[in-house]
Amino acid sequence: MQHIISVLVENKPRVLARVASLFARRGYNIESLAVGHTQDPDVSRITLVVRGDEDILEQITKQLYKLIEVIKVGDFTEISYVDRELSLIKVNAPSNLRGEIVQTAEIFRARIVDVSEKSLLIEVTGTSDKIDALKQLMKKYGIIEMTRTGKIALARGGQSL
Amino acid sequence: MKMKGAQILIELLKKEGVTTIFGYPGGSVIDIYDALYQAPEIKHILVRHEQAAAHAADGYARTTGRVGVCMATSGPGSTNLVTGLANAYMDSIPIIAITGQVVTRLIGKDAFQEADTTGITMPITKHNFLIKSIHELPLIVREAFLIASTGRPGPVLIDIPKDVQVAEVDFNYPEKFEIPGYKPTYRGHFNQINMTAQAIKEATRPLFYVGGGVIASGASDILLEVVEKTDIPVTYTLMAKGAIPEDHRLSLGWLGMHGSYHANKAIMNCDLLIAVGARFDDRVTGNTTTFANRAKIVHIDIDPAEIGKNVKIHIPIVGDARNILSELNKRTEAKKHDEWLETIEKWKKEYTPKPPANNELVAQTIIESVYQATQGDAILVTDVGQHQMWAAKHFLCHRPRRWASSGGLGTMGFGLPAAIGAQIGNPDQTVVLFSGDGSIMMKIQELITAVNNCLPLKIFVLNNNYLGMVRQWQECFFDCRYSSTHIINPDLANLAQAFGAEGIPVQNQEELDRAMPRVLEVKDHPVLVDCHISKETNVYPFVPPGKSLDEMILE
Repeated sequence: MQHIISVLVENKPRVLARVASLFARRGYNIESLAVGHTQDPDVSRITLVVRGDEDILEQITKQLYKLIEVIKVGDFTEISYVDRELSLIKVNAPSNLRGEIVQTAEIFRARIVDVSEKSLLIEVTGTSDKIDALKQLMKKYGIIEMTRTGKIALARGGQSL
Repeated sequence: MKMKGAQILIELLKKEGVTTIFGYPGGSVIDIYDALYQAPEIKHILVRHEQAAAHAADGYARTTGRVGVCMATSGPGSTNLVTGLANAYMDSIPIIAITGQVVTRLIGKDAFQEADTTGITMPITKHNFLIKSIHELPLIVREAFLIASTGRPGPVLIDIPKDVQVAEVDFNYPEKFEIPGYKPTYRGHFNQINMTAQAIKEATRPLFYVGGGVIASGASDILLEVVEKTDIPVTYTLMAKGAIPEDHRLSLGWLGMHGSYHANKAIMNCDLLIAVGARFDDRVTGNTTTFANRAKIVHIDIDPAEIGKNVKIHIPIVGDARNILSELNKRTEAKKHDEWLETIEKWKKEYTPKPPANNELVAQTIIESVYQATQGDAILVTDVGQHQMWAAKHFLCHRPRRWASSGGLGTMGFGLPAAIGAQIGNPDQTVVLFSGDGSIMMKIQELITAVNNCLPLKIFVLNNNYLGMVRQWQECFFDCRYSSTHIINPDLANLAQAFGAEGIPVQNQEELDRAMPRVLEVKDHPVLVDCHISKETNVYPFVPPGKSLDEMILE
């Protein structure tokens, strides 16, 4: 089962390396990873998407806690949450197809952020499924290149993880 | 007053109570060595290879309970520490490693003797630090000692670039500090302890299985109180040898692959297993699906990640062994388990090791002779292999911290430097080292460290011209194809003499008996007794890897 794990860490050098090295050494797979500051400049949040059964998740959580710079570990799977990814997709866009592409992007509430004679650059945020769907539709025009961030997430309501 | 980084480091070490550093100088620690030269309060023991510095600090820590400190230069100095750090990490031994690093502006430029020490040691230290500025130095040193010695102890490395060592700053000692992500749990959960007390009340075949955590938390006396009151037998890991007196009526000896027959039988038949400060290592459990599969299992450990890692646990308790056993003691009542203890006694009588063939010098009798001659009043250190198993079996320890052996990592070469550390930390004690001809050769150069420091180590090399443990596996599982395990050694007694130690070759029991008084009377230099033992003796009982503990090969 897929789990989204939030790891609050002290914002210190090598902390990401420690987390990544822990996953590598213990044989856990990371499906996606995103890191950034929180409201406190001394604290960063690492959001990990991992796959595993209950026992593996329990070990991952406990092993993460053993890292001195890890302050808090939480599993979103247990609560109600909002998650997002951001993707940039550069597609072939000859003038005769441009309108069609822009329309499709609008349906996804995606934005065109760069235009050239032969291409469009689309910015889209949303859940993984939404980004996958847009990517699928853009394939027929020819995706020149694409990038997407790891998932980030926060709990719904007043609670924090 | 302005002080150099190197001087500040020495002041901080003094404040932590450090009196001894095991190390080896080099370009990137030369300033620290200069500061050390001017600090007579701290004794520096010069080893001949940095790995030995880490093992010596480890042996010192195991036998004194204090944090061991080792030091090495950048690059090869720090990479040579790696095995010693991994060894201490596996056995949760508190050591501080101080390494020099190239100047900060050259880090990442592949400078001379540069290695990514913190990167390399990340998975084999409890934590490590690279100091980027002199202003960080005092707090980091304090944090390092706290992290190494509290919670589940372990090695911590501090990497100090050369420019940080020479930078000058006003020294401010950080009195109070907090590490946001580091809060070990010491007190056990009240309900879980009550549940354990209830489980003890209900059990008819209870058993304690204790590990190194009992030694680390100083829980031996309270453990003894609990088991005597509840009449529960105890088996232990190699790490916990001496946690309870080994000749106690409730002691079953250690368990696992080469553990005692009746201890393994007890594991397989108990209805309640209380694990304390142990981690269900594969050499202990054998097949985990059958391990203690008739029992309710309680696991007491300070490291939450150990609970449920290898074996399903029914009552987990996170916390300090000493605290939890004290609480448990308050909640339990006196009990008797005569029937259970009789069953175990019956198993004990079922298996008696075969006596040695006449006049052949065998490990068992050598070890027993040393035990008799010292009346057991010695700190016992071993290397790794067959001799380690024999020594652990036949040389009994009755108190904690009288035993130093590489448990988790199984590091050949650990013995001699660890014995040096043990002797430095316990100058008035007799330190006995049992080694093998394979192991001793891995760190033989440290004999000169022992000679230089006038350490009266009693070294017994059980020499069978084989890497015996591997040979035993080749005999049992590879049809006696002794691939690269027959070894031709130098004359070890003569070699010892060349180092300035005393070397005594021994071919039979008579010669050993004759040598023994001399070995024990020497007070100012090491003695190496080269014992030529029977070549192809195996360690029994023997649970083949991955098998159940009741599938022991007995002879």
